[in-house]
Amino acid sequence: MRELRGRVHRVGDDVDTDVIIPGRYLALTRPEDLARHVLEDLDPELARRIRPGDVLVAGKNFGCGSSREHAPVALKAAGVGCVIAGSFARIFYRNAINVGLPILECPEAARELEAGAAVSVDLTRGAIRDEGSGREYRAAVFPPFVLEIIRAGGLVPYVRRRLGGDGEAVS
Amino acid sequence: MARPQTIAEKILAAHAGLEFVEPGQLVLVRVDFLLANDITAPPAIEAFRKMGARRVFDRSRLALVPDHFAPARDVAAAELLRVTRDFAREHDVEHYFEVGEMGIEHVVLPESGLALPGEVILGADSHTCTYGALGAFACGVGSTDLAAAMALGETWLKVPPTVRFEFTGRLRPWVSAKDLILHTIGRIGVDGARYQAMEFAGPLIEAMDMAGRMTMANMAVEAGAKTGLVNPDATTLEYVAPRARRPFSPARSDPDARYEAVHRWDVSDLEPQVSLPHSPENVVPVTEVDPVPIDQVFIGTCTNGRLEDLRVAARLLKGRRVARGLRCLVIPGSQAVYLQALREGIIEAFIEAGCIVSTSTCGPCIGGHMGVLAEGERAVSTNNRNFYGRMGARGAFNYLASPAVAAATAVLGRVAHPAELGVPVEEVA
Ligand code: SF4
Repeated sequence: MRELRGRVHRVGDDVDTDVIIPGRYLALTRPEDLARHVLEDLDPELARRIRPGDVLVAGKNFGCGSSREHAPVALKAAGVGCVIAGSFARIFYRNAINVGLPILECPEAARELEAGAAVSVDLTRGAIRDEGSGREYRAAVFPPFVLEIIRAGGLVPYVRRRLGGDGEAVS
Repeated sequence: MARPQTIAEKILAAHAGLEFVEPGQLVLVRVDFLLANDITAPPAIEAFRKMGARRVFDRSRLALVPDHFAPARDVAAAELLRVTRDFAREHDVEHYFEVGEMGIEHVVLPESGLALPGEVILGADSHTCTYGALGAFACGVGSTDLAAAMALGETWLKVPPTVRFEFTGRLRPWVSAKDLILHTIGRIGVDGARYQAMEFAGPLIEAMDMAGRMTMANMAVEAGAKTGLVNPDATTLEYVAPRARRPFSPARSDPDARYEAVHRWDVSDLEPQVSLPHSPENVVPVTEVDPVPIDQVFIGTCTNGRLEDLRVAARLLKGRRVARGLRCLVIPGSQAVYLQALREGIIEAFIEAGCIVSTSTCGPCIGGHMGVLAEGERAVSTNNRNFYGRMGARGAFNYLASPAVAAATAVLGRVAHPAELGVPVEEVA
């Protein structure tokens, strides 16, 4: 899988799904509209600062709270290329993979990577590299089927591909 | 060399085509059975279409059970029910439960032999964990996940660590499975088993009937667990054998399996338990509940709507009257439960006592229909959740209890210990 490259944006511990995308915007259905409000209660400027491929670094229990799929959808649409956190809340973890948002659990990187740092991420190897210091961190490697779901862009396109696009199972 | 594993790990390994799995590992597993209800099926059907899927991977391995708002409570529900019904027809879904055959999904599937030991079962409903009582790895998923499984016959799961709860001692009169699970949730809290598999074991579980085991597994999710399991034994096989619609292979935890934690609790001193509003973890002994007037008692749901539950309630209500000013609703969990209760004279006892008995549905459990609560009203219910607004108005108060406590409450008009009615004691668990 291609490497992801971007700059680090930092958030703290226990960032819940209401902070990621406030409930008042849940009537919005287009990802790009959700994206404009991502994390706005934490930092109203953040959505505008994120460049495609940037990396969001968080503390522990990222994505706790409700089961809304809007949260990973909004992050992905905002341009977040990957979320690195100390730990993830269970439903967010599942939803992120299902919508094709790469996530890596790596407490060390989550602690040490500084805001603004340029990093590259190799999902196939679970490797996170701080370009400035040259320091490399290792996260647990995803099994191939998870990488395939992420690469396909989420569960819906993944199933579509597995069905051979014509609706008939190919395997 | 084989290594010791828990029942959860064994089932997932077998379905992933692996010899063993570790907690935290992501695995792609084959699914044996899928389930959706009238609320969750329509979005799953929509996702299924978006995926470009044209057929269900196996038409005999999907159940569609309209139970939440069925029979249609209003026009919007009727439209949802139609989406589900049309899909069932179009795809010739073998296990579609139309009004007349229906019941609450988690009562209907086990009694129809559609949830079996050793299986992986996914349901678009959080109480799918109920089937853990039969020794299946069963968990709730979102509608998109369910749609993918409908198309592919497989899903991905993260292997949860297992926590074992062993119950020992001798239960006091009127203490039941519901009291054990409420007590457990009270002790560990609503996130006490977050992302874990709970394994219920020990002499009291071994002596417990299937209805009781289902009550306990049902509420694993209220402790935050992914699922709750009981190792299949002679009781399980006796229940499953005459019903099973497919071959199955039970798995059991190895004696030296590795657990995240093992709790051994002697529950000899336990009194019937009540969970106070507005969280399942606010658990106190029934004797400590304030004697405030109760407006409604509801006996039913996927937690306690089985025949065994109705029998206990009927023993207490038979020959007595529901307290003046209190409404007592009884909803058998399925048509089969209803019919058998009718044959045993249980329904008659309820009606003579002044209860109403309705057709099987989730009904008031989610404030859907058939007994929604008004602002400030207090209800004792045998269901599993007492969040704000769960059974109707946000300002209503919902107490969770066993069928015995619910029935005693119906007679006395306040939360009551069943012993207060002076009915001869029997083993109830
Ligand atoms: S009875 Fe209540 S908890 Fe059970 S499936 Fe129905 S709504 Fe859900």
